[in-house]
Amino acid sequence: MTRVFVPGDATACALGADAVAAAIAEQARARGLDIELVRNGSRGLFWLEPLVEVETATGRVAYGPVTPADIGSLFDSGLLTGGRHPLALGPTEQIPYLRDQTRVNFARAGVIDPLSIADYQRHDGFAGLAKALTMTGQQAVDVVKASGLRGRGGAAFPAGIKWQTVLDAPADQKYIVCNADEGDSGTFADRLLLEADPLQLIEGMTIAGLAVGATQGYIYVRSEYSRAFAVLRAAIALAREAGFLGPDICGSGRAFELEARLGAGAYICGEETALLESLEGRRGLVRAKPPLPAVQGLFGQPTVINNVLTLASVAAIFARGAAWYAGLGCGRSLGTLPMQLAGNIKRGGLVELPFGRTLRELIEDFGGGTASGRPVRAVQVGGPLGAYLSADELDIVLDYEAFAARRAMLGHGGVVVFDDSVDMAEQARFAMEFCVAESCGKCTPCRIGSTRGVEVIDRIRAGTAREQNLILLRELCDTMEFGSLCAMGGLTPMPVRSALDKFPQDFGA
Amino acid sequence: MGSEQIDLRIAAVLEQLRDLPGALLPVLHEIQHELGHIPPEAVPAIARALNLSRAEVHGVISFYTHFRTTPAGEHVLQVCRAEACQASGSRTLEAHVKARLGIDYGATTADGKVTLEPVYCLGNCACGPSVQLDDTLHARMTPQAFDALLADLEVKP
Ligand SMILES: Cc1cc2nc3c(=O)[nH]c(=O)nc-3n(C[C@H](O)[C@H](O)[C@H](O)COP(=O)(O)O)c2cc1C
Ligand code: SF4
Repeated sequence: MTRVFVPGDATACALGADAVAAAIAEQARARGLDIELVRNGSRGLFWLEPLVEVETATGRVAYGPVTPADIGSLFDSGLLTGGRHPLALGPTEQIPYLRDQTRVNFARAGVIDPLSIADYQRHDGFAGLAKALTMTGQQAVDVVKASGLRGRGGAAFPAGIKWQTVLDAPADQKYIVCNADEGDSGTFADRLLLEADPLQLIEGMTIAGLAVGATQGYIYVRSEYSRAFAVLRAAIALAREAGFLGPDICGSGRAFELEARLGAGAYICGEETALLESLEGRRGLVRAKPPLPAVQGLFGQPTVINNVLTLASVAAIFARGAAWYAGLGCGRSLGTLPMQLAGNIKRGGLVELPFGRTLRELIEDFGGGTASGRPVRAVQVGGPLGAYLSADELDIVLDYEAFAARRAMLGHGGVVVFDDSVDMAEQARFAMEFCVAESCGKCTPCRIGSTRGVEVIDRIRAGTAREQNLILLRELCDTMEFGSLCAMGGLTPMPVRSALDKFPQDFGA
Repeated sequence: MGSEQIDLRIAAVLEQLRDLPGALLPVLHEIQHELGHIPPEAVPAIARALNLSRAEVHGVISFYTHFRTTPAGEHVLQVCRAEACQASGSRTLEAHVKARLGIDYGATTADGKVTLEPVYCLGNCACGPSVQLDDTLHARMTPQAFDALLADLEVKP
């Protein structure tokens, strides 16, 4: 029986993967061929989706992008034995886009059936958990510290230090909370991980629970990710059934429970304290810090809150060792960062690389430039609160400190490419407009300042008292930066100022 | 559905979920899933079951854009307005969609067929512009492809 893989992730399905899968099943039946159709996640090579893979005697080979109309000719060409065809891409892992990556978080993505514990274990799954079960809490926290792992949700705070605080906080009940709110435009790594390899997150969270002494975890998934939510819930049920979650993990006598919860369409609920409020059943209003969530988090108890990728990384760090992980990357940015190539890009998708490569390599070598074929003019890195970079800044190194030095941020690794048709004043206006739409409303500079920001930019664009309004806009940015409680209001000036500084001609200069 | 039946459904949801820690969002999701929206009449029952004030429940419902207090049209169409889709042409698409449907965001077409909503990112940023029609995500949406999508809707019963 031949295994045929057709991705079931949101992007592949949006490009027609379900119809492709149905057509393959139908052709195989009509031709009396015995196949096992696996709905894997996706390899993240989205420009090739739907990417069909076949397991042959010499390994997996790929075809793509496949439409239902291609299935007949694919079978005629010997699809099941890796036959030649215009859509043939050769051995999947030799596709340069994939071959040239260093996959840690996404090593299994698209390879395995996301809802097969056996597949997961065949690919090193639960090896990290097995090690963690032999350690004391302090030993486990020390592993995370030694790995140099920093939070992948945006702020890049050292994970080990956060975990130590929670370990040291005395409490009857502690929690692990996973931030899967992934609201940044241009990002989809969390979604892909949840859809392609959810057991990795479950394993990482269980290790976190063992390390700090928490017995309950929650995963807060944004409501826009209904498919990811469904896959995750199914994976949790499987893990529980197989004894990897529950009152007695792997027969160790130690407990960890996990529940997935849905957000409800509020960007601000990605901010950790707003997320906790939301989990508790309230409006997503940002809490003042201190107290830190590590000391008083969910339901007032010590709580580790980390991004999906941060927690997933832990599984690999425990399986392969902190030193191995810290050996990847550069400076104080260690390990790998899954970058997400999005927007106007020829080869969009997930590119996981050790820190230290350049934005140019990412956009040109992996991405192949713009989809429109026009020159790159601006690149927004790090989501809607991230700076716009200009085309002559592409040699910037992918490293937290290098970005900070340029008043930019890597954030969650989203890269949105714009060609030369972009109007940067319109983009600056949108940054303010987004803040109007998503502000939690607690502070005036964020709530009112952003509305004023839209008006001021409108006046600049209309050429009304341009000079005065440009000064006003700068002052407004200062007020928002210094007078906001959280990074929503505090960082909205980042894209606005970067547009003003680097593209003054778009503001009528 | 009669109001008595609605009350029964709400009571069943509350019975099932009220003991969850932080139960309000799961409860609201489940009610909206069952009824298509959260009727204002549900608020007192929710407040009672979860030991909250009506104002608190109402405040939560109104804070989150996902929750609706009135029924949507037969179909809900969400158009992504965020940056990655902007970079691949969503502003043109957005204008086309509004013109074709003859409505702005937040409105429903006169025949009750389509409710139009903005959305900020659907996680399909490598293959935008993205729209979501009911439960189905569509990638690389163009004005022409949108017209075809709309034509499909109109032939449905
Ligand atoms: C407005 C705003 C939105 C945020 N959205 C997210 C998000 O969607 N996902 C995420 O992991 N972190 C997000 N963060 C960062 C979190 O507040 C927090 O730093 C993170 O969950 C901590 O996990 P980490 O250390 O693993 O990154 C956001 C922060 C702000 C201010
Ligand atoms: S900066 Fe904005 S989002 Fe953040 S707490 Fe203040 S009002 Fe809320």
